[in-house]
Amino acid sequence: MATTYTLIDKSILGSNQASVSFTGLGSYSSTYTDLKLVASVRDTSASNYQNAKLTFNSSTSGYSDRAIRAYGGSTVDSTSGSGSSINLFYETSDSATANTFGTYEIYIPNFSSSNYKSVSIDCVTENNASDAFLGLVAGLWSNTAAITSITVAPLSGSANLKSGSSFYLYGIKNS
Amino acid sequence: MPKPTKLIINCETKEQIEVELTDEEVAQLEADRAKAEADKVAKEAADAVKAEAKAELLAKLGITAEEAALLLA
Repeated sequence: MATTYTLIDKSILGSNQASVSFTGLGSYSSTYTDLKLVASVRDTSASNYQNAKLTFNSSTSGYSDRAIRAYGGSTVDSTSGSGSSINLFYETSDSATANTFGTYEIYIPNFSSSNYKSVSIDCVTENNASDAFLGLVAGLWSNTAAITSITVAPLSGSANLKSGSSFYLYGIKNS
Repeated sequence: MPKPTKLIINCETKEQIEVELTDEEVAQLEADRAKAEADKVAKEAADAVKAEAKAELLAKLGITAEEAALLLA
């Protein structure tokens, strides 16, 4: 169990951005064992929701994921395995109810180990309508390098992460 | 047209800077986005086919979706 749960850094966007990256994480490898990114997000895509992507160390290979998704009373299972990123699935987009932001939490255990990196994600959109989505994602980065940076970005067309979206990165240790 | 910018939060120095995407980053982002869009369209089409097949089967069986859920519970 975590006995250390500390905010490493945070940002609330003052302008739209194509992506957000937390870098310099190598300096925390002896302080924390796990990382957790908690985000409240809206993107500028003209839809109710869009997919987003997660990458590490600017790498564009070695990723795979499997998700359980729920929307409109249905559940589906899917795999992505695009190889170039982990699919974060759902974030709220600009046609959803105004001034609402979806959330996602990304848990990265043993981020500096020499094993492949597993990732656990839960995400939910916010929309005062029936078109709302929930996802649970198990991701894997098949790379033995320690994670030194985390990048999230929307995937749709020319969408950006919208101003007002917030990102909080926590370090976790079990002692 | 100005290139999109990305926010880099350096957790070591505590600096936060906005940087223009490189040409390679823009190309990769566009490729990822095009694929995601295509995947989404394909998924929506597949979901529509499934929904239609489900509706046809329910009509064939003469039961509602709630009754089908009850049977499968």
